[in-house]
Amino acid sequence: MKPFRYARSDSVLDAVAMMAETPRAAFLGGGTNLVDLMKLEVAAPDVLIDVRRLTSTRIEELPDGGLRIGAAVPNSDLAADRTIRRRYPVLSEALLSGASGQLRNLATTGGNLLQRTRCVYFQDVTTPCNKREPGSGCSAREGFNRELAILGWSDACVATHPSDMAVAMAALDAVVRTLGPKGERAIPLTELHRLPGDEPERDTVLEHGELITAVDLPPLRFATNSRFRKVRDRASYAFALVSVAAALDVADGVVRDVRIALGGVAHKPWRARRAEAALRGTPPTENSFRAAAEAELADARPLSGNAFKVPLARNALVRTMLDLAEEAR
Amino acid sequence: MDVEVTLTVDGKKHQLVVDTRTTLLDALRERLGIISPKKGCDHGQCGACTVLLDGRRANSCLALAVAHQEAQIVTAGGLADGEDLHPMQRSFIKHDAFQCGYCTPGQIVSAVAMLREADAGWPSTATRDLNADTVALDDEEIRERMSGNLCRCAAYANIVPAIAEVARG
Repeated sequence: MKPFRYARSDSVLDAVAMMAETPRAAFLGGGTNLVDLMKLEVAAPDVLIDVRRLTSTRIEELPDGGLRIGAAVPNSDLAADRTIRRRYPVLSEALLSGASGQLRNLATTGGNLLQRTRCVYFQDVTTPCNKREPGSGCSAREGFNRELAILGWSDACVATHPSDMAVAMAALDAVVRTLGPKGERAIPLTELHRLPGDEPERDTVLEHGELITAVDLPPLRFATNSRFRKVRDRASYAFALVSVAAALDVADGVVRDVRIALGGVAHKPWRARRAEAALRGTPPTENSFRAAAEAELADARPLSGNAFKVPLARNALVRTMLDLAEEAR
Repeated sequence: MDVEVTLTVDGKKHQLVVDTRTTLLDALRERLGIISPKKGCDHGQCGACTVLLDGRRANSCLALAVAHQEAQIVTAGGLADGEDLHPMQRSFIKHDAFQCGYCTPGQIVSAVAMLREADAGWPSTATRDLNADTVALDDEEIRERMSGNLCRCAAYANIVPAIAEVARG
């Protein structure tokens, strides 16, 4: 690990100001990913600004019926929160399917969104990787890419975003609140993470020094009927090969409204808007769900080692929707 | 870069100077001689380094010592009350829930905290009714909730019953 200075500040404003003056500083939340990347020397900040005690650890009601989740709420508390479990079960299920009990206790809401890809080449400084070292090449494109993207990748990068929580939040139309050198911003979660394009080193649209302060969940009545399904190599404690976060509203025998996002398939949580559009107004049957999944995956371009993800994503989506349709009955 | 830190471990305060890069695990083992937390993978994947931070289980290999000075840190070595072992420690002995024993302190600390989480009604991905008021720790629940603690000897067949006996009183 490279040497660094550890800094605390008295307020979020101070932390953001301190960061603006320090080009190679990083914010420290729970540290579960950042400290590991520093050990691997994938990350080498010269200053760590500890923000774990600065942002909120509360989950608050919003006037519109939504919820505001403080950026420092640990993943374990968010998963166990009674209101989240009742109103947004997909979010609780997504969190519980990720990491381990120990890691969920340390990891924060803001930090979870900003964790880096687990692509093996990104984490191995002895190999080329455009995300870690722009212009060095992509080792995964023709290498070990079984776990990587099938949608939205570029020649520069085929990495996937590892968060389960973010997939549920993408389906729920969550809004990320930030404070940066230019003031406050509200960014739809689906626009927080980027596709790699020719700048794979940028995971998100955040600017240097911009700090996530909270995540807002808008009210979504039918999210009480929502679910997260994760397919992985082990029964527990593994990243998703494919995941599905979905909520379904059925009225008068047809799909009145629906939210679907896929995980493990792209550089960002993949909101399945084509599948949603295909489903609205159709009967909630296996045929409808399959057609919607196929519409969403029509542009999938599997890599040399992950063609299995296309039928896996389709089947996981269909199965999740059938479960929700059963619940809606 | 050296910093002076105060760590509260198993009820005792320690003042020491550490490099900012020092993890809590290395501070405990290498600097304070508190060796019940073990270094397995050193990347948060095996759970051998598990300690309690303010009563919650955490991987001490991913925690920087400088960032956890306010925490009450409890290690496996601090669970016993003098010569009286913690019920989880007694149950591990009774069920022979180890072979080499290297992962055992982490398993025991993790299991103690896991029971508290279940008592607080926290669900897991093995919980069928997410909104249930209470959690019944069957073997499937115990396995899921303990999945952050690996045992390379695969003593799971005895670890699960050891935890189950304490869980079910």
